[in-house]
Amino acid sequence: MHLKSKLAGAAAAAVLAFGISSAAQAQLKIGFVYVGPIGDHGWSYEHNQGRLAIEKALGDKVTTSYVEKVPEGADAQRVITKLASSGHGLIFTTSFGYMNPTLRAAKRFPKVKFEHATGFKRAANMSTYSARFYEGRYVVGKIVGNMTKSNTIGYIASFPIPEVIRGINATYLAAKSVNPDVKIKIVWVSTWFDPGKEADAAKTLIDQGADVIMQHTDSPAPVQVAEQRGVWAVGQASDMTAFGPKAHLTSIIDNWAPYYIARAKAVLDGTWKSTDTWDGFKPGMVEMADYNKAIPERVVALAKATRAGIEAGTIHPFTGEIKDQSGKVVVPKGKTADDGMLAGMNFYVQGIEGSIPK
Amino acid sequence: MSIDWLVPAILTIVTAATPLVFAAVGETVVEKAGVLNLGVEGMMIMGAIAAFATAVATGSEVLAILAGAGAGLLLSLIFGVLCVYLQSNQVATGLALTIFGLGLSALIGHSYVGKTFGGLAKLDIPGLSDIPVIGPLIFGHDALVYLSVVSVALVAWFLNRTRGGLLVRAVGENHDAAHSIGYSVTLIRMGAILFGGAMAGVGGAYLSVAYTPLWVENMTAGRGWIALALVVFASWKPWRAFFGAYLFGGITIIQLYAQGMGVEVSAQFLSMLPYVATILVLVVISRDSAKARLNAPACLGKNFHASG
Repeated sequence: MHLKSKLAGAAAAAVLAFGISSAAQAQLKIGFVYVGPIGDHGWSYEHNQGRLAIEKALGDKVTTSYVEKVPEGADAQRVITKLASSGHGLIFTTSFGYMNPTLRAAKRFPKVKFEHATGFKRAANMSTYSARFYEGRYVVGKIVGNMTKSNTIGYIASFPIPEVIRGINATYLAAKSVNPDVKIKIVWVSTWFDPGKEADAAKTLIDQGADVIMQHTDSPAPVQVAEQRGVWAVGQASDMTAFGPKAHLTSIIDNWAPYYIARAKAVLDGTWKSTDTWDGFKPGMVEMADYNKAIPERVVALAKATRAGIEAGTIHPFTGEIKDQSGKVVVPKGKTADDGMLAGMNFYVQGIEGSIPK
Repeated sequence: MSIDWLVPAILTIVTAATPLVFAAVGETVVEKAGVLNLGVEGMMIMGAIAAFATAVATGSEVLAILAGAGAGLLLSLIFGVLCVYLQSNQVATGLALTIFGLGLSALIGHSYVGKTFGGLAKLDIPGLSDIPVIGPLIFGHDALVYLSVVSVALVAWFLNRTRGGLLVRAVGENHDAAHSIGYSVTLIRMGAILFGGAMAGVGGAYLSVAYTPLWVENMTAGRGWIALALVVFASWKPWRAFFGAYLFGGITIIQLYAQGMGVEVSAQFLSMLPYVATILVLVVISRDSAKARLNAPACLGKNFHASG
């Protein structure tokens, strides 16, 4: 664990010891558990932005605390239990691997409300929430399909889980719809976060003809490489414009703030219920960074129309007919993929070359 | 397979290997003096943040590299005082140093997340760098790459061919004997530790000013540990550690290229390959166990106290 959290803990202990926190009784204490450092400029960074948004919106009705860089496993159990037993009324656990530890803590502390990101197990006092990032990927696909001259999209992938595969498929389907010759070249780096390796993967893809770099990893290094090499890039999780002002087409931004504020309010009002939330553009859980000025107006208009269509429900990224690589129809004509299929997606759509690592 | 593909691949390999070379060569000297400093990762990350902060503040790459070296050196000074003078356990102190470095760098680096600067320029010698293939391969790197090669050569020469190197090795082999003939074990060890710290700091600086010119927490991502492993598997020989670093970097990059070319091998296997191949190759070239034992500093990890 982290120096800062330890310092914070020591400070909190000092405050308690001197009994200054008498006003804290009425306040809701909200705890956050992050898998990465809040300075990753990616996944954990955005969750922390959500925490800060709660503080800003609800002021002194709440106090928040966080523990960062918590490994998924026994450490997670210890951290979650500690938060629950130290007076926190609402706890957000923000990584898939915290699912079972969170569930166990939820059983032990029935009065505490738990919110687990990206998982599928729930309890009376444990909700799950996730974002439909594939909607963002679909909009990006429309852009990159138009922007590529070499007809090769380079895609830096982390791990072969449905979340990542869904993103690849959504990108490819959208890119293909505007550019039938487009190819997608995928490199798996087996890490969420290693700036050096991500940069190497970006260089590799560019050397092999990709003129747009997309990433499903968290550091801004690939955007930076794209800038140096004079190709396009799409950022991930946070706005990465600063790392490649010329190269950066847009970023798909995780915006947890509206959800976090709503859930904190619900606890304060006593209206909190266990739910399963999977939101996309519509309530603002997924956002797009400003589009690069170099993108032709026609393409920006297409991107905006696609986004509006998704929000209105008239466009679904996975609309039939969709075949998998073997040619089997997975989504029949006129139908859209249901959430069950999306959540468990483990195949490439037809046209993507290569196979998913087993 | 055309040559257009090969040249950029090799350039990428060089950038991947260089931080490992710096850290591994520095640690070789430290271990040759009989000290096991497991804090390489912590010293590297401190070097990375110090160099990046300096680069952003001053725009000077030379100052940035010096700051990186200085930060690594300062952190190793803490380690040296604790282990050499206060006799603390080297393994525990080294591990603590890594944790401390990661935490402190995050604290210092807090306001640098998301900042950028141009990055270290590549050497560009008019005429020479433009020669096809050979030009970029030999003359197309940044200055630190050349420095890393020079430092390996110097360290190898120092350890094997100079009186100073002999003293370092003597202290690592048998500190009591070295002490009894009048050499200051503590001073020699402190010198080696500080050198190792500065080199790890430069390795970290390379990450944040040349490899990926940005700051994000934890950006060393385990490279300090790889450097440590390289030292042991290279049986404490600087050129062998250099070779190991390039082998590791090389396979890491080649497997990315292979994936991009659509080679049908599982990505997890390819990700594992650099580790396995590096260990295998270095173990095989160091397989003569009698020689390997001779190479291992006999006092590695043992504290020295003059009264003992």
